[in-house]
Amino acid sequence: MNFTLHIWRQKNSNIQGEFVTYRIDNIDEDTSFLEMLDQLNEQLIAQDQDCIVFDYDCREGICGACSLVINGYPHGDKKATTTCQLYMRDYKHQTELWVEPWRAKSFPVIKDLTVDRSSFDSIIQSGGYVSVHTGSAPEANALLVDKHSADEAFNSATCIGCGACVAVCPNASATLFVAAKITHLSLLPQGKIEEKARAQKMLNQMQSEGFGSCSNHRHCERVCPKGISVSNITKMNQVLGWT
Amino acid sequence: MSNFYANEPTGPLEDRWEKHLFNLSLIAPQNRKNHKVIVVGTGLAGASLCATLGEAGYQVSSFCFQDSPRRAHSIAAQGGINATKDYQNDGDSVWRLFYDTIKGGDFRARESNVYRLAELSGNIIDQAVAQGVPFAREYSGYLANRSFGGTQVSRTFYARGQTGQQLLLGAYQAHSRQLENDNVTHQSRAEMLELIMVDNKARGIVVRDLVSGEISAHTADCVVLCTGGYSNAFYLSTNAKGCNTSATWRAYKQGAYFANPSFTQIHPTCVPPTGENQSKLTLMSESLRNDGRIWAPKNSADCAKNPADIKEEDRDYFLERMYPAFANLVPRDVASRAVKHICDKGHGVGSKIHGQRLGVYLDFSAIIEKLGLEAVAEKYGNLFDMYQSITGEDPYQTPMKIYPAPHYTMGGLWVDYNLMTTIEGLFAGGEANFSDHGANRLGASALMQGLADGYFVLPKTIANYLAKSVLTDVDDTHPQVIQSLKTVKDRIHQLMNAPAPKHSPEYYHQKLGKILWEACGMSREAERLNRAIDEIAELEMHFWKNIKVTGVDKDLNQTLERAGRVADFIELGKLMCQDALMREESCGAHARVEYLSESGEAKRDDDDFSFVGAWEYRSEQPMLHKEQLNYEFIEPTVRNYK
Repeated sequence: MNFTLHIWRQKNSNIQGEFVTYRIDNIDEDTSFLEMLDQLNEQLIAQDQDCIVFDYDCREGICGACSLVINGYPHGDKKATTTCQLYMRDYKHQTELWVEPWRAKSFPVIKDLTVDRSSFDSIIQSGGYVSVHTGSAPEANALLVDKHSADEAFNSATCIGCGACVAVCPNASATLFVAAKITHLSLLPQGKIEEKARAQKMLNQMQSEGFGSCSNHRHCERVCPKGISVSNITKMNQVLGWT
Repeated sequence: MSNFYANEPTGPLEDRWEKHLFNLSLIAPQNRKNHKVIVVGTGLAGASLCATLGEAGYQVSSFCFQDSPRRAHSIAAQGGINATKDYQNDGDSVWRLFYDTIKGGDFRARESNVYRLAELSGNIIDQAVAQGVPFAREYSGYLANRSFGGTQVSRTFYARGQTGQQLLLGAYQAHSRQLENDNVTHQSRAEMLELIMVDNKARGIVVRDLVSGEISAHTADCVVLCTGGYSNAFYLSTNAKGCNTSATWRAYKQGAYFANPSFTQIHPTCVPPTGENQSKLTLMSESLRNDGRIWAPKNSADCAKNPADIKEEDRDYFLERMYPAFANLVPRDVASRAVKHICDKGHGVGSKIHGQRLGVYLDFSAIIEKLGLEAVAEKYGNLFDMYQSITGEDPYQTPMKIYPAPHYTMGGLWVDYNLMTTIEGLFAGGEANFSDHGANRLGASALMQGLADGYFVLPKTIANYLAKSVLTDVDDTHPQVIQSLKTVKDRIHQLMNAPAPKHSPEYYHQKLGKILWEACGMSREAERLNRAIDEIAELEMHFWKNIKVTGVDKDLNQTLERAGRVADFIELGKLMCQDALMREESCGAHARVEYLSESGEAKRDDDDFSFVGAWEYRSEQPMLHKEQLNYEFIEPTVRNYK
């Protein structure tokens, strides 16, 4: 398989970036999308050029590091998938690919396709936890959790913090990310006690990081690699007493 | 000079940790803020340690190379975490987990450490539940358990197939909570490149800011490495791409002994490589072997055929043939070696890589016929989907292809009972140390060990060290700090300016991986190991002459990051082979062809090799030190799973 790639190159956050066109040939259809970029980088090294920088780590869809917008879709147009789980056979009929970084004010581009997502860490630091003292905890089965709540909490907790929800949102809002954590902890008795204060702190932090607000476009749940539903946002609104 | 003494308490096993805790010195709450601890790595061990030390009131500085502490590779652990709660009333106990772990490790671990691990396991679950980790539950609301390989009780706690993720997020959130506190700081996208030693004590680290390329020194009262394992030495492994040995290797070169480097575990059921450009391998849960039948074509001529066109009588169900009693359920190491053997004989299937097909079939047609598609989908649906998304093949229709892959390293920095290395003031936790798994790790024990080290062991032993040590003031102007900065800058300069730049870091990493996989992978033998040691020495020479790093060093430069890590993997690879060569026995995951029974089982030699092989760095040849293992409570037996 042969591809024409238009890849966003940007020296750093202060310099305007641009698409640069590359050609890559003889790609096996079982090659993953990121391996295709690896091969392109090997070509660039052979030509004495600086490599294209992009984030990745586990390459099995769980660490949340990878983050590319491919032909307009965060993590590509395949449902419930991270970029690292895309294979070139998924692009049989699209031989021209546009590859961009997440685009949001609160995720400034560091270089090329890599963005700074530390704003997500700041949101968690503002209150995305249970305030239990580390090192002392009661017997695990002393507090029962009904199975349904535990399962629902897991569904929210499965967020990998990749930021695709922000990248796709017309408002660059991080509401789904915030709501997923609030919902996860609110559904469990351990996290229920401080739920309102937590939700307010996290939402305030989201705003001060420069993310937009939610206006119900619902694009976020469509691109979420873990299929996290916007019903988390409804739950968050309930916790905040907005509904 | 080096402190090579295990510091094990004596007396009854069940009293040792309690007695030791009482003997450890404490630091009063108001004095803790005067002590600074550096923690490198934010996986389960690192994050849980930062949370605990921060809570206690120490000054903590943590570092990780990922863009967020939440992305450490602990996140990828699937199956679960063991703990001796005995909620299932099936006869579990601390003693039984202790025994299973020692036996699973083929009697090459320290009894006191393993007992403590088993003892602390229950408390980990309490801690995680209190943080809001959404473990699987029964309809009654109680925590659910499942059973796991190598045990006869149900003691594994799990959160679907994402237990590592949920435990790590719990620890990450606890760590995040401390970051609101001024005593605790964290830097992401920061890689440790040197250990700073002052008066023979670990007093800081040199870090490269991976965004700006800036090199800086950070000093403290002590340093803790929770930097994970080194399976990526093999190039292809189930580890995340960034996992590396650089932090532990820098410690080794400063004098910390490296223990049992050849003890690396190869997992039998992974998706096989499909091409020469493959970057990593993905694990498929071992549970698939419960219902799948493993086979390969009898005739090499059939290997390229569609499996549906291969007649039943032309299929070799080799595990059933070789091990009639256990068949497809033989232990990991035995299964892995058998698969390799079949492929080496030219009966592998799948794409050709370096002229060889690396895969065998894992066939579900019999069970689908017996139970029906729906029942199989209910049991293995998510795994089948995952397989299909990776390979594009539907395992309901055509058999899966599997091949073994490296995924965990039992070896690591040698530590005493306090998890302190042979360097005073340098501690190691989690997969970075060698402490608890002997020559083979049991499933669902890695998460347990990382969290036991971070939540419960290190906070106590570090306090003891800080209370007892008299430390001089060290700041950025100390000559040793300046020297360490220079060492790092010189090395980067060398990587950026090789005399005849020719090949990328990937090129060398793949070469190293191939040598190690063949010589020091699933089966090892003296002749091949000797050859590998020479080949690696040659590769090392070529590397420093021909390594090509494009771009500049004062920038985000992933090629430079990789080059530095590969350089360290090359040196470690040599030590792995030397260790494998030294150990003239088979035990656990270490299978020397010369010391295997006819059925492929390990022939352990307790008379001569019941020791931990701890290597000391010397510029010419590494020097071996032996920590004799004394089994006071368990009598080593043949690890027989027939």
